[in-house]
Amino acid sequence: MTVARRIAAPLRKIGSLLVSVGLTFLGLTCVTFVIGRVIPIDPVLAIVGDKASNETYERVRLQLGLDQPLLEQYWHYLVKVVHGEFGTSVMTAHPVLDDLLSVFPATLELATLSLVIGVVGGIPLGVYAAVNRGRWQDQLIRFMSLLGYSMPVFWLGLIGLLLFYAKLGWVAGPGRVDVGFDDMVPVVTGLMSIDSLIAGEDEVFWNVLSHLVLPSSILGYLSLAYVARMTRSFMLSQLKQEYILATLAKGLSPFRVVWIHALGNVWVQLVTVIALTFGSLLEGAVLTETVFAWPGLGLYLKNSLFAADLNAVLGGTVLVGVVYIVLNMLSDVVYTLVDPRARGQG
Amino acid sequence: MSVRTWLLDPAPASRRQAQLGGWFRAWLAFRRNTLAMTGLVIVALLVLIAIFAPVLADRTLAVQQVLEDRLQGSSALHWFGTDELGRDILTRMIFGARITLVIVFLVSAIVVPIGLAIGLPAGYFGGWVDAVLMRITDIFLAFPRLVLALAFAAALGPGIENAVIAIALTAWPPYARLARAETMTRRNAEFIQAAKLLGASEFRILATQILPLCLPSVIIRLTLDMAGIILTAAGLGFLGLGAQPPAAEWGAMVSSGRQVLLDQWWVATLPGLAIFVTSLGFNLLGDGLRDVSDSRS
Repeated sequence: MTVARRIAAPLRKIGSLLVSVGLTFLGLTCVTFVIGRVIPIDPVLAIVGDKASNETYERVRLQLGLDQPLLEQYWHYLVKVVHGEFGTSVMTAHPVLDDLLSVFPATLELATLSLVIGVVGGIPLGVYAAVNRGRWQDQLIRFMSLLGYSMPVFWLGLIGLLLFYAKLGWVAGPGRVDVGFDDMVPVVTGLMSIDSLIAGEDEVFWNVLSHLVLPSSILGYLSLAYVARMTRSFMLSQLKQEYILATLAKGLSPFRVVWIHALGNVWVQLVTVIALTFGSLLEGAVLTETVFAWPGLGLYLKNSLFAADLNAVLGGTVLVGVVYIVLNMLSDVVYTLVDPRARGQG
Repeated sequence: MSVRTWLLDPAPASRRQAQLGGWFRAWLAFRRNTLAMTGLVIVALLVLIAIFAPVLADRTLAVQQVLEDRLQGSSALHWFGTDELGRDILTRMIFGARITLVIVFLVSAIVVPIGLAIGLPAGYFGGWVDAVLMRITDIFLAFPRLVLALAFAAALGPGIENAVIAIALTAWPPYARLARAETMTRRNAEFIQAAKLLGASEFRILATQILPLCLPSVIIRLTLDMAGIILTAAGLGFLGLGAQPPAAEWGAMVSSGRQVLLDQWWVATLPGLAIFVTSLGFNLLGDGLRDVSDSRS
């Protein structure tokens, strides 16, 4: 096999990946376009009000380009979205993109910490369950992750607040930081825990952490449930393979065989699971952030929804959708790079 | 000969006996699985409660506002206490089972046919039909479910129907993929070729030969999915986008109890417990069904 061909195969794969990412993006914007333009609410009336004269109505209609064919309107919409123009939020009077960028770090901080908890806890538990298949440890872990699967996150959040904040006083309540500490640290990364460290404000840092710990443990548990379950099933199919028997027969320690050889082969599949978990954490933020009054993307979406701020809602939907698509793409790329079998006939 | 030995006969005399025997063996395997049986009991109880709700409780108590009785704790009259408008919480939870089941049923009734209609032809015909249909499926698969449901609810207005449409729109892709995979493993089977030689149309082959074989795995997947559907629906209700007041929807009940969480904890937590137990029941049941079908193959 020539070097050129060895490079060409992954390139072709990545090319087709880009095409599918583009198509998915088109599909996403198509749906938000349909929601925004075609569905009952009359966008002209929303601007001019129902007392406007017919001339004003017509003028605004022309201004918005609503006299053009749908396909053309969609094209204009697409161009705007690609340039990050989601219009102005009715609620905050800022451009939607600015709003989104200012609330996103709060969500990112919460989701990242939860993901870390989920991965660090979930993978070992999944491996442990697979090794002890059918025994009580396995049953226990399986039942625990089933509980996590079935848990309404907003309810668990409320119970957590009731128990650990109101009754026991172990953690801080809703919000990212106590009101007294608001605006005390300059925004650098937008991640408050890191910003407070940069500013050298220890007190603020511990306060931020005490606000973070409850929501991130709850979301962390839910992702742990998913990661553990998937790890278990991936590991089970690995442990059935003959190479496991061969390495054991060669005299390698069972510990090494399980944690290095078998888990090593599972990593690639786990990357996809982790990417999906991260996506669902960003999405589930709508519920958690409502419960914890966490000023992130989810709460912003929810508030805009009730202010009938369609620009903001659709902008937020596109943002979450794009993050989803990017995560999917990244996990595919990693898959292709790491697993030679996924590269096709090279 | 008892029914049991007839069912377990290793040499069944008729097609019907063989089929019933197969079902019976699956049931025996399923019955040994304690967790799965727990799930079955929970789901069966839920269905019974929903059906007999008017017998179990007085419908007027679910909506009637008795402001003098608001936010009462547990008592002989109100087992689970009353909410902020003086309505009996247990009664509302009982009627809430109906709303939950209706949502689950409607979503399934939309999702399964769409999934099959896309997955069967994709798997059977292959080629460009497959490429186009699966590309569409992938696009929908990459959509954030809850957020899209939010956007829909925002545009169409809140309500059960719109919540159902929003959930269904994002829930069908896995069924299309599943149906496609099942179809692909069978499209070259000999009985399909036989049907072709007999002159059966492609539609007929898909509908009468392949569809019935896809159904078991689709049903198992559906049972597992129902927990997720219930959670999404409850989440929409919690955000105020599902069933509208005064309907007794569990998620909305949790949300209204939030205001008084610290003093009257039962108002928010008990309906939430109902959501949790129900979704756990479906998860346990689905898990058990999958185990049984795995051990048979």
